[in-house]
Amino acid sequence: MNSHQIPNEHHIKQQSLIRKLLMDRSQPGRIGAHIPQSDVPKQQQLPNKYLRKELPLPEVSESEIVRYFSQLSQFNFSIDHNFYPLGSCTMKYNPKINDEIASLPGLSEIHPLQPEESIQGALKIIFELQNLLAEITGFDSTSLAPMAGAEAELAGMLITRSFHKNNGDTHKTKILITDSAHGTNPASAVMAGFDVISIPSDKNGNTDIEALKAAINDDLAGLMLTQPSTLGLFDTNIIEICKRVKDAGGILYGDGANLNALLGRIKPGELGFDILHSNLHKTFTQPHGGGGPGAGAIMVSKKLTPYLPSPIVQYSKDEDFYSIYTPKKSIGRMGGFHGNFGALVRAYSYIKTLGKEGIDQISKNAVINANYIKSNLEEYFELPIKRICMHEVVFSASNFKKHNGIKALDISKRLIDYGIHPPTMYFPLIIDEALMIEPTETESKETLDYFISSMIKIASEAKQDPELLRNAPHNTPNSRLDEALAARKPNLRWQKKD
Amino acid sequence: MSKTQEMYYSDEHEWVLMETDNIALIGITKFASDNLGDIVFVELPDSGTTVNQFEQFGEIESVKAVSELYSPISGTIKEINDSVVQNPEILSESPFEKGWLLKVELKDTSELDNLMNLEAYESFLESGKN
Repeated sequence: MNSHQIPNEHHIKQQSLIRKLLMDRSQPGRIGAHIPQSDVPKQQQLPNKYLRKELPLPEVSESEIVRYFSQLSQFNFSIDHNFYPLGSCTMKYNPKINDEIASLPGLSEIHPLQPEESIQGALKIIFELQNLLAEITGFDSTSLAPMAGAEAELAGMLITRSFHKNNGDTHKTKILITDSAHGTNPASAVMAGFDVISIPSDKNGNTDIEALKAAINDDLAGLMLTQPSTLGLFDTNIIEICKRVKDAGGILYGDGANLNALLGRIKPGELGFDILHSNLHKTFTQPHGGGGPGAGAIMVSKKLTPYLPSPIVQYSKDEDFYSIYTPKKSIGRMGGFHGNFGALVRAYSYIKTLGKEGIDQISKNAVINANYIKSNLEEYFELPIKRICMHEVVFSASNFKKHNGIKALDISKRLIDYGIHPPTMYFPLIIDEALMIEPTETESKETLDYFISSMIKIASEAKQDPELLRNAPHNTPNSRLDEALAARKPNLRWQKKD
Repeated sequence: MSKTQEMYYSDEHEWVLMETDNIALIGITKFASDNLGDIVFVELPDSGTTVNQFEQFGEIESVKAVSELYSPISGTIKEINDSVVQNPEILSESPFEKGWLLKVELKDTSELDNLMNLEAYESFLESGKN
């Protein structure tokens, strides 16, 4: 069905059948499996008072349940379906070999409480991944304990706090964060007990140096910086920022959400960062649509190595043995066991498959792809900061809002009709009606060209037929959702109708 | 009829409307409510608590983001608009009237001098410095 076709009655009926919940498909007595007669005498398992009277199970045939889940899976959208330019999330293609490796029985069927001698291979993977990440990012050491980026930020802030405390600098209570940062940055700093001061960006999208100077005092504990920033721009003030933070005795924390832009080109550790986290699920591939599972590695400079969260894997050359240890001044554990081990295996497999040359190619292609989109779309969409971008580009839909009453939301919803996942919207907060596009390195020129031509078409639709955008999407099982109603009155599960 | 002519405005897009000599209503402007998008949750302090000029007093959550509410004046809260808390869509439909947030007894009416009148607020919006 194309967007201008009006759905007929038959089509609507078919759609409403497909959307029926499993419980609503149930017919009394219908059955999908025949269970053999029990030859064991029937026994009461639980006292009656604990048994629920109403616990309906769906009664459906095998073919019905197979269709139900197949249909559900087709409602889904993933990077395996089509282009997914969700800025700041690095939705790159996840090579299938990573899944193959992670599901090898020797890696997927082991338990973290097994004796160390029986899981030497798994520990070796963790050990080598620690070293590979430290090498790629230019740091002394790595902990793979955090389960995701925000938890790695918290670990970094707890390290900062322990470091100052250990030095007797308990007056260092202030963390500076730029106004383009991810919201998790201030949340992590506050959770670790710090006060947060927001630093504005200047007109070029860099950290405002004058504001930074004014905010730096003796109570400075550190600064959290995303490099490149969430505007997709390399903060060219980095050397100056680094010097000022260090001179005041502060820790420079790097949010590695945008590490994809730097891989193989710049090592943040050599730039002067003391801590960097990497969202392994973004940069080093792991299917993570819908929020997980993630993995947050944290890399630190030499002076902070003793504070890393445990467990860390170490290797003894003499005994040829891998074992787990907790650093001397460790901030402790971030969770149970060794983080999300399956995600770590995928990251390891990805790095090993690509090798040094392949890793170098990532940032190159990611940056070229984003700039290709930028140069092809900047005459159609407003570019708030006119600079060469890094791995993602931020446009603004504010002109469309002013002249056509069309918002970033409407443009994003219309993209769904063209089979493309919407970009990140309304972030960073400092850009009005932001549309943040991150193509990643894995997309072909043909895909980028299709995206560009779709966006140009939408730009002209916005002027000629704005209603088409306001009511989009038209080609999906559900059209425009009432997000406000969903947030106010969530309806999350099937309930028996009386 | 809305009384936007009589209101005072802050650069954080809140308005103040004097009801008597020292009792005022506080709310957010249409510009703020339009920009927030559909509002799903409003958190207000209890009546009896005090608010300070240009300091945070509550939060507002829309489908886009969570934003802070800053009080345009200092004073003691006499009443909160419970219907906005129950039905946040009122804020989108009627930000200048039914969507008022707090009724406040002013501590110092001279603080109103720190705010803008309608004309100044409109040119502030025009300037794009918001």
